[in-house]
Amino acid sequence: MPKLPNPMPIATDDEVALDPADYARAEINASLKPKQKIGFLREMIRIRRFEQTSLKYYNQGVMGGFLHLYIGQEAVAVGTVSLLGKNDHVITAYRDHGHALAVGMGMNECMAELFGKATGCSRGKGGSMHFFAPDKNYWGGHGIVGGQTPLGLGLAYGLKYKGLKGCALCFMGDGAVNQGAYHESLNLAALWKLPVVYIIENNKYSMGTTLERSSAMRNCLAERADGYGIVWDIANGEDLYEVRAKTASAMRRAHDQSLPTVLEVDTYRYYGHSVADANAKKYRSPEEIERYKNHHDPIRLWKKRLIDEGVLTEADADAIDEAAKEEADTAAQFAIDSDTPAPETIFEDVYWEVDNKTEAGSTGKHFFSE
Amino acid sequence: MPLITYRKALNDALAEEITRDENVVIIGEEVAQYNGAYKVTEGLWQRFGDKRVVDAPISEAGFIGMGIGASMLGIRPVMELMFWSFAYVAWDQIINNAGQVRYMSGGLINCPIVIRGPANGGTSVGATHSHTPENFIANTPGLKVVCPATAYDAKGLMKSAIRDNDPVCVMENTLLYGESWEVPEEEYLIPLGVADIKREGTDVSLIAHGRAVITALKAAEILAAEHDIHAEVLDLRSIRPLDEEAILNTVRKTHRAVLVDENKPFCGVSAQIAATIQEKAFDDLDAPVQRVCALDAPAIYSPVLENLQLPTVSRIIEKVLQIR
Ligand SMILES: Cc1ncc(C[n+]2csc(CCOP(=O)(O)OP(=O)(O)O)c2C)c(N)n1
Ligand SMILES: [Mg+2]
Repeated sequence: MPKLPNPMPIATDDEVALDPADYARAEINASLKPKQKIGFLREMIRIRRFEQTSLKYYNQGVMGGFLHLYIGQEAVAVGTVSLLGKNDHVITAYRDHGHALAVGMGMNECMAELFGKATGCSRGKGGSMHFFAPDKNYWGGHGIVGGQTPLGLGLAYGLKYKGLKGCALCFMGDGAVNQGAYHESLNLAALWKLPVVYIIENNKYSMGTTLERSSAMRNCLAERADGYGIVWDIANGEDLYEVRAKTASAMRRAHDQSLPTVLEVDTYRYYGHSVADANAKKYRSPEEIERYKNHHDPIRLWKKRLIDEGVLTEADADAIDEAAKEEADTAAQFAIDSDTPAPETIFEDVYWEVDNKTEAGSTGKHFFSE
Repeated sequence: MPLITYRKALNDALAEEITRDENVVIIGEEVAQYNGAYKVTEGLWQRFGDKRVVDAPISEAGFIGMGIGASMLGIRPVMELMFWSFAYVAWDQIINNAGQVRYMSGGLINCPIVIRGPANGGTSVGATHSHTPENFIANTPGLKVVCPATAYDAKGLMKSAIRDNDPVCVMENTLLYGESWEVPEEEYLIPLGVADIKREGTDVSLIAHGRAVITALKAAEILAAEHDIHAEVLDLRSIRPLDEEAILNTVRKTHRAVLVDENKPFCGVSAQIAATIQEKAFDDLDAPVQRVCALDAPAIYSPVLENLQLPTVSRIIEKVLQIR
């Protein structure tokens, strides 16, 4: 077990305190080419621009439901997903746009899903919280807090059953650690030695509830894994190098030893829980948010790092940002121009056997509407 | 044809499917080394080993959810619930994950999982252990549910459920596990969504599923012997998909229907059947549709009263005589 980490309080300092271990020198990072490093910046900026554009349209009232923005947490999805191999899988909760774009889903299909259009990644049937791309090993997008934690375990079980060397990265929020299904999953993961990595994106709040008001264990959340004999670690989510280094060692544990890991990543969200967050100004101060934006922003820090390393110029970064903005605008136009799903599609995608017109799908009555 | 028990028929179905498809794996509490709490999986662990028959700790949400996740990758888990009454701790996994993921992914993901176990009252185990949640499952588009009443049906339906590419819930019955029926030795399948006339008749249709079919058959015998009333007994076998044609056909034939259902009456399976009959066969009816359901209170412990709470032969006969 790692030694008890320092507590992970809300940042009060203006200094960026990157770990002295300097994860840039970790093997997994030392081998990175400048092009890859710039690629990570591009991915993070794309996520941010995509969401800012979606927010603009959400505020115009053209979308339904919730919109949980990932802005501020981008280094977590981009850093972890950058490590995926052919047999590595991803599953997450409802704050899922970042992971979706990071695994390679297109802005068009994602934006169209938000608009509820037929061209959406789920044909307009999932919405913001339910993006899926199994062809990219991306299994959603799950709306019930903690509900995806046994599913992530199942992906790991399936890999092991088939004898494939891979793992499942199962993302969850700091609030989800309080769900029973997660604890059942941890016990099963340890008991059956399943290659799953639970990544707790600790953004300090579950809706309006702080950790102090939700978790009995004060040091950190990953520590609960001790109760199951599972190796755990914490990572600074502002530092893409550290996220990659610590995720890589968890994935190695999964690949080489078929063992689970719990990795808690310290991060922060700038927007409300969802866009509609009535108490956004009550449970935290505008100063706190500003402090994170100005001093702990993963994109800003990564950009600075690349400039310091001499692999990027301000002008390069501006060009990447411009391109991402344009891509997001194009996606919004694509969504606007797309058709609404046809009413008869309501009854599609319910049963595989019906959709595939098999004998089983045409035996007996499957739907009971007139 | 050999007579075999409902339990053995299920056991044979599982063994045959494990042998046929390397992706079939049985997971549940006490299914392996203990041979199954109700011995449905007896001998399978010895025969097929640790990989194919897996004992799980008492974590229904965890292991059912895990099975659903594995099924998304193409594994075909057959999950045993020691009682369907315990499904409620895994309800989120069953309803929200198995039931909705195909839809919410626009058809990109499917869950070829089977969840099985006994779902019945009548054994004096009190309300927490006597639930019949087939109506809840049937109320969830995306899920399928079958309730076999005989060994023959149990085997054929179980094999179809395992081969089905959608999540199927199989609700068995502890009171039937030890009962025997004729089951052919050669392989057969029973498609989901096909009802079965268990007894032909002309005067009234008794429509039932699960053990209520057996009760209805006993009532039919007495009705014929003592009242010269020839009841047809239709076994639904599958609740969703539902064989609506078979329901309408028997009503068009006898013009009278008594629905026998161990489910509770309010929004239970019989409520759906009654609605279907009045919508589609109203003009064929010579009398109002009647129902004999579990009495509408939590399952009582007291053995004598519990037998009265579930549909009884005498309540069925009484209802039939009311509309003769
Ligand atoms: C079982 C369940 N209970 C409550 C909710 C409502 N809800 C949605 S998100 C949320 C907070 C979760 O916070 P956290 O796990 O920290 O994730 P974050 O939103 O910070 O990413 C709550 C209470 C839900 N979706 N599911
Ligand atoms: Mg949170």
